[in-house]
Amino acid sequence: MANQTNTGNPHVDLAYRRKKNAEEMKHQVISFVLMIALTLIAFFAVGYNEFSHWFSVPFILLLAIVQVAFQLYYFMHMSHKGHELPSLFIYGGVLVAFVTVWAFMTVVWW
Amino acid sequence: MSTVARKKSLIWDYLTTVDHKKIAILYLIAGGFFFLVGGLEALFIRIQLAKPNNDFLVGGLYNQVLTMHGTTMIFFAAMPLVFAMMNAVVPIQIGARDVAFPFLNALGFWLFFFGGVFLNCSWFLGGAPDAGWTSYASLSLESPGHGIDFYVLGLQISGFGTLIGGINFLVTIINMRAPGMTYMRMPMFTWATFVTSALILFAFPPLTVGLIFMMMDRLFGGNFYHPAAGGNTIIWEHLFWIFGHPEVYILVLPAFGIFSEIFATFSRKRLFGYSSMVFATVLIGFLGFMVWAHHMFTVGMGPIANAIFAVATMAIAVPTGIKIFNWLFTMWGGNIRFTTPMMYAVAFIPSFVMGGVTGVMNAAAAADYQYHDSYFVVAHFHYVIVGGVVFALLAGAHYWWPKMFGKMLNETLGKITFWLFFIGFHLTFFIQHFLGLMGMPRRVFTYLPGQGFETGNMISTVGAFFMAAATIVLLINVIVTSVKGQKAEADAWGDGRTLEWAVASPPPEYNFAQTPLVRGLDAYWIEKMEGKKGLTPAEPLGDIHMPNSSILPFVISLGLFIAAFGFMYRTEASWGLAVGIIGLLITLGSMFLRSVIDDHGFHIHKEEVLEAEKGVKA
Ligand code: HEM
Ligand SMILES: [Cu+2]
Repeated sequence: MANQTNTGNPHVDLAYRRKKNAEEMKHQVISFVLMIALTLIAFFAVGYNEFSHWFSVPFILLLAIVQVAFQLYYFMHMSHKGHELPSLFIYGGVLVAFVTVWAFMTVVWW
Repeated sequence: MSTVARKKSLIWDYLTTVDHKKIAILYLIAGGFFFLVGGLEALFIRIQLAKPNNDFLVGGLYNQVLTMHGTTMIFFAAMPLVFAMMNAVVPIQIGARDVAFPFLNALGFWLFFFGGVFLNCSWFLGGAPDAGWTSYASLSLESPGHGIDFYVLGLQISGFGTLIGGINFLVTIINMRAPGMTYMRMPMFTWATFVTSALILFAFPPLTVGLIFMMMDRLFGGNFYHPAAGGNTIIWEHLFWIFGHPEVYILVLPAFGIFSEIFATFSRKRLFGYSSMVFATVLIGFLGFMVWAHHMFTVGMGPIANAIFAVATMAIAVPTGIKIFNWLFTMWGGNIRFTTPMMYAVAFIPSFVMGGVTGVMNAAAAADYQYHDSYFVVAHFHYVIVGGVVFALLAGAHYWWPKMFGKMLNETLGKITFWLFFIGFHLTFFIQHFLGLMGMPRRVFTYLPGQGFETGNMISTVGAFFMAAATIVLLINVIVTSVKGQKAEADAWGDGRTLEWAVASPPPEYNFAQTPLVRGLDAYWIEKMEGKKGLTPAEPLGDIHMPNSSILPFVISLGLFIAAFGFMYRTEASWGLAVGIIGLLITLGSMFLRSVIDDHGFHIHKEEVLEAEKGVKA
């Protein structure tokens, strides 16, 4: 993979990779905890009667977007180098889908 | 040739192959067959319309033939023939030994094939679909019998195949390019395939969703489109066209790519404005998603929506125009050879421009209230699809035939085919513009005498027979060539510019004995200009790793084919549900086998490669 550099020196490599992996692991654990927290907040937003739907629906959508970002960038390593094309395609698809939905919301149906 | 491949029977070899060159041949044969079927249906339509009050093919049967003509031509003739060209050429053009996922490549073909066979089974099982190739929900939900179910399930199965094929080509082009083959050195046909595959990736899911909703409504008591039950038939129209407009570009961008190769080769010049061609292709692909509602101007979306979609649609004419000028400038000052492919390419320009002009006319929303659902629209889309896509497929077939089969098609017969087809095409469709403007509606099986439609329709029918004659000459050409054709050189036309012309015709199983080093656009031309015989290798000669062939893609697709029958007859036959489940089990079981069996492929050893290469050179 793109993140495994190779200096030719096994010792440096090993130490470097250890450190890298530990850091990676920390990120994963943090984002995992955050994701669980976000899920709980989502449940709470629905369960709590004081919030109107006009608040909780957009709010949950926002949480969903954050979750997707975590998923892609921390669990699926999109933050690493060598993911330019997947990003291009994902954002291209998001853009096309967004414009389509936007067209429906603004000119086609309302 | 590997020792493994040599021992198999021909049929088993093709049923199990994962070689992109053989899959190309499969696509060519299957797509060609469906092209003949769709063409026959077209002839029936034109015979019925030849004179007023005709009774050759009336009422419901006419609707079935009409629907099957459109559906077959778009999904089961044009699409697979485009895939045939892509499979035959793209991996070699980028200097690769195969596609990224050979197994998926075979799976894509077999899914398409069984989808097409399933759809055509409807003829023998109570009647074909009859709601038009667009299958608008307001018609299709009311259609009695199983015709529409055949449409829905058949397209769903083949749609999976197309999606798989598209993803495969994306990954292939991104990951498998030879050293030095940067994006801006890729041949134009490879670029077109790349953008087309991206369009497939984004356009087929909406169709899949639309078909699933329709399947629910027709087979499982759903009500997505049933207005009486709270659904909305217009949703289908949107989903269909969100897919449908990109689909027309999925067809025509590869056509543009094929012509770009042909213009450059037979003008003996570099393609004019290469980077603007790339830019235009990407831009067309992008804009293609912003215009779907131009098919729905008369639905009642309101003036604002109509105006916005009209302007967006007209914008597509700009990058298309860029391409037209670049082709003209490629020929300008070139050393032009009028071979059969070049004749199609030259004829394509005025033909396609006429289709583009009527497209912009249709895009003027206010005017489209007159054109919509008249023969004017029929004329428009046949000018772009036949004058663009079919011309390109015929041109590409002649151009790459020697590469695919190792023999040159006969040029005289090729030119006869061209002239018959060219004349027939314009005879058939030019007059339809005026029939439409005079008020002849689309999708009706007859008309009355005395409305001024007689002459025009008769001319149109005569033209159709010219195209039929052209097709027969082409078939004769294919037969004559395979019996006693002249053996093709590697650089079959003598003027090849791209990598596919550097390998033998037909290429060896592994394409390149040594992966080539690409030193610029038109990589092979550069080497030839420097007086070299072959390509500059990028690696030493060594063992070549190849994927094993497999029957599983065939079985996976067969399972879905069986399942579709089961679920379709679920409510009226006691065996329905059981057959449906058995079919799914066959599919899932073979997918399971694919996952658990470790398949490492095999190696062609260096000595074998050396020997094979010697045989070619000698
Ligand atoms: C300059 C480019 C183009 C423009 C502005 C354009 C515009 C349009 C418009 C506005 C319609 C709807 C007409 C109506 O139903 O009233 C239409 C129909 C159609 N166009 Fe185009 N078009 C263009 C290029 C193409 C290309 C390149 C293809 C295919 C390769 C194509 C295939 C079709 C088809 C199949 C239909 C009819 C669909 C149906 O209702 O069955 N068009 N076009
Ligand atoms: Cu369109």
